[in-house]
Amino acid sequence: MTEEPAGFRIPWRALTMVGALLIIWVVFSMTTEGRFLLPRNLALLVRQMSVTSLLAIGMVLVIVAGQIDLSVGALAGLLGGVSAMAFVRRGYPLPVAFLVPVLLGAFLGFLQGSLVARLRIPPFIVTLGGMLVFQGALLGLTGGVTTSPTSAYLVVGQSYLPRGIGWGVYGLLALGFALAAVRSPAPARWRWLGLIALGGLFTAVMNAYEGVPFPVLLVLVLAAALSLVAQHTPFGRHLYAIGGNREAAFYSGIPIERRLVGVFTLMGLMCGIAGVVLTARVGSATSDAGRMMELDAIAAAVIGGASLLGGRGTVWGALLGALVMASLDNGMSLMNTESFWQPIIKGAILVAAVGADIAGRKGR
Amino acid sequence: MPLLELKAITKDFPGVRALDGVSFDLEAGEVHALCGENGAGKSTLIKALCGYFPSGSFGGEILLDGQPVHFGNLLAGEEHGVALIAQELALVPELSVAENLTLGQEPVRRGLIRWDVVRAGARRALERVGLQVDPERPVKELGIGQQQLVEIAKALSKNARVLVLDEPTAALAEADAARLLGVLRDLRSRGVAAIYISHRLQEVFEIADRITVLRDGRSVGTERAAALTRDRVIGLMVGREVKELYPRAPVSSGAVVLQVADWSVADPDNPGRQVVGAVSFEVRAGEVLGIGGLMGAGRTALLASLFGAARGPVSGQLRLAGRSTTAPFAAPAEAIAFGVALVSEDRKRYGLLLEAGVGENLTLVALRRFARRGWLDGAAQDREAAAQCLSLRIKTPGLDTWAGQLSGGNQQKIVLGKWLLAKPRVLLLDEPTRGIDVGSKAEIYALVNRLAGSGLAVILVSSELPELLGLSHRILVLSQGRPTALIEAAQATPERVMAAATAKA
Repeated sequence: MTEEPAGFRIPWRALTMVGALLIIWVVFSMTTEGRFLLPRNLALLVRQMSVTSLLAIGMVLVIVAGQIDLSVGALAGLLGGVSAMAFVRRGYPLPVAFLVPVLLGAFLGFLQGSLVARLRIPPFIVTLGGMLVFQGALLGLTGGVTTSPTSAYLVVGQSYLPRGIGWGVYGLLALGFALAAVRSPAPARWRWLGLIALGGLFTAVMNAYEGVPFPVLLVLVLAAALSLVAQHTPFGRHLYAIGGNREAAFYSGIPIERRLVGVFTLMGLMCGIAGVVLTARVGSATSDAGRMMELDAIAAAVIGGASLLGGRGTVWGALLGALVMASLDNGMSLMNTESFWQPIIKGAILVAAVGADIAGRKGR
Repeated sequence: MPLLELKAITKDFPGVRALDGVSFDLEAGEVHALCGENGAGKSTLIKALCGYFPSGSFGGEILLDGQPVHFGNLLAGEEHGVALIAQELALVPELSVAENLTLGQEPVRRGLIRWDVVRAGARRALERVGLQVDPERPVKELGIGQQQLVEIAKALSKNARVLVLDEPTAALAEADAARLLGVLRDLRSRGVAAIYISHRLQEVFEIADRITVLRDGRSVGTERAAALTRDRVIGLMVGREVKELYPRAPVSSGAVVLQVADWSVADPDNPGRQVVGAVSFEVRAGEVLGIGGLMGAGRTALLASLFGAARGPVSGQLRLAGRSTTAPFAAPAEAIAFGVALVSEDRKRYGLLLEAGVGENLTLVALRRFARRGWLDGAAQDREAAAQCLSLRIKTPGLDTWAGQLSGGNQQKIVLGKWLLAKPRVLLLDEPTRGIDVGSKAEIYALVNRLAGSGLAVILVSSELPELLGLSHRILVLSQGRPTALIEAAQATPERVMAAATAKA
């Protein structure tokens, strides 16, 4: 066997995804006479995708570990409702109204994870049951009545960062990236420089409208945090090992049960955050909030390269997948496509994306 | 004092004594080979040693450095420095080489993995086994030979003092196998001891300091390799009489039914390697052609490829009376349409619907025969199934009883019965008596003879030498996927078959 240089690996998968996204954008900008790419619409697009994104970046970790969580939409809806009720009906202070759903979500996730990991009930069943329970609980909690929090609450869903602060945050990040670029070897350096350029473009486009939307900032921060967890902590790497080869993980001494409970707990926590943002974005908590969102989250993770067999997938990929889904929704709405077409096209794209991926892997 | 000592290890499985008072020892810096036929108890012995069978589930004592040890699982064994390199590799394909090497023991600072330490450790570990690959590469991109070395490196990085290698070269190409032996020699010179299981006797003599031969769960001798010859080892391995339990059907001079020429099957996991290479033979109506060889010799892959179910690309000619082309079958459905039937070695996985009734299983292959205008004629199905139960003496409470609830012998008869209902011309049997009781075995032998007598062409793969010698009219022996002998029944002896099976192809 010959000496092999530690060469730079071209991330073909990621490039393909970005390419597909660009094609979608070009097509929509042509069919909408450029309206799709206006800053106003792009700002709307990224706001539309914020809740799905929060669920997708958690879901991808669940999928990487070879699990599935069908309850996230219902749980986010329930927790959004709990938060609204706590704030409006009970009059709890805002921080409490934000914290309670997050903690409750983590607890419910922990509960589901324990059923999966310790009692060995298949995750599909546990979370399908969870979905029904949470849907029912939300209906019971709201009694079918819509609860609308006051504007103080809605800040997390609807506000924008003032332009100056947006540039300030970007400046700090760019400085950090630049430092990293200086310290890293040549091929990785381009990645940091690319991020600086991309971040600048993003900030500029958002500021050309009202500024960077707060929920989008939240998504980016959490995605960065989860990506760090996935790539650079034992917990994260163990999820990949468990999903990739459970036997090997077991015989490497990985505490499989604890890791699975952990990832479901994390997913529950993300549902809490998503629930609050959902309520704030919509402006009210309704009795069917969050319905079907689990499927969007799973689709985003899978379009972003996660394998339902486990072991494969990235947080940024899931975010990109969510962006693809949201672009389709948004673009078709702009074109005034009849609404029945939208799920049909999204479904077809999901199957096509995975099919292309499998065909591409066979080819190598 | 030996580094490792196994004293009078005894292990029972329901109905079988797999190990009967086997003793074995290993010195530091020694490679000790373990030889024996399939089913002699080699794997059982090392599973008991490494903690795969928890301490207490077998009799006897294991001493490490003179101290008794009790391993509850493989991890406990590893902690004491006893590492199993199994045939099934325990690596995570999607993770990098470096990550696999540190999996479960990641160095962490402030919650984050210290990649510099991981990489440096990986380089050191890879250096020890002389493997020069980028530690950042995902394991799935490595060849099997390289993966095997990664696995050894992983064991060494956990301070293994005793490496237990179960058929480490079975899936390797020649050059990779030679490399592996080189690494083992190098490790031996640094005091690492190894237990080496291999069917390739040539390798065993190349690497081993001592050889222990197991037969039927007992140790039949431990000698210095230098004091042994290949023939002597083979003699120890087979050393039992072949009893004439097997009433062979008279040789038929029927027409050639199936003719295979220059038949090769590529290894799907290891490009460039062939699991079956350049095999040619023919089978006549009424003949039983036995296929001999050791585990991993390509026998199962050969049968599967004849049936259109190979895992890798197949090349060669397959002539079947009444078929115009000589291309290999593309799918089992095509093989079945031309009257070829395969009774696979793993009946629970490939042969039966365990949670379906006996009748449903029996009529599965021939189902189309029972369809009337698209609807199944249940009464006809039951009639034929019941007739088949009677003629094969399948003991079942009823046709609705789940196949999974019956004994192994009855299950095997159901699999045979379902193929016979399809009225095949060529019957491929892969280990047809594995794991079934003696009474059912005798019935299956009688059935095979009866079927051959009625004009069926039968190809039989069996790891049980007496069975193979007793039933076959001719025996084709494979070694590492290549034919090494074609022996007429009259001249077939266990020694001849075993010599051909361990020959270098």
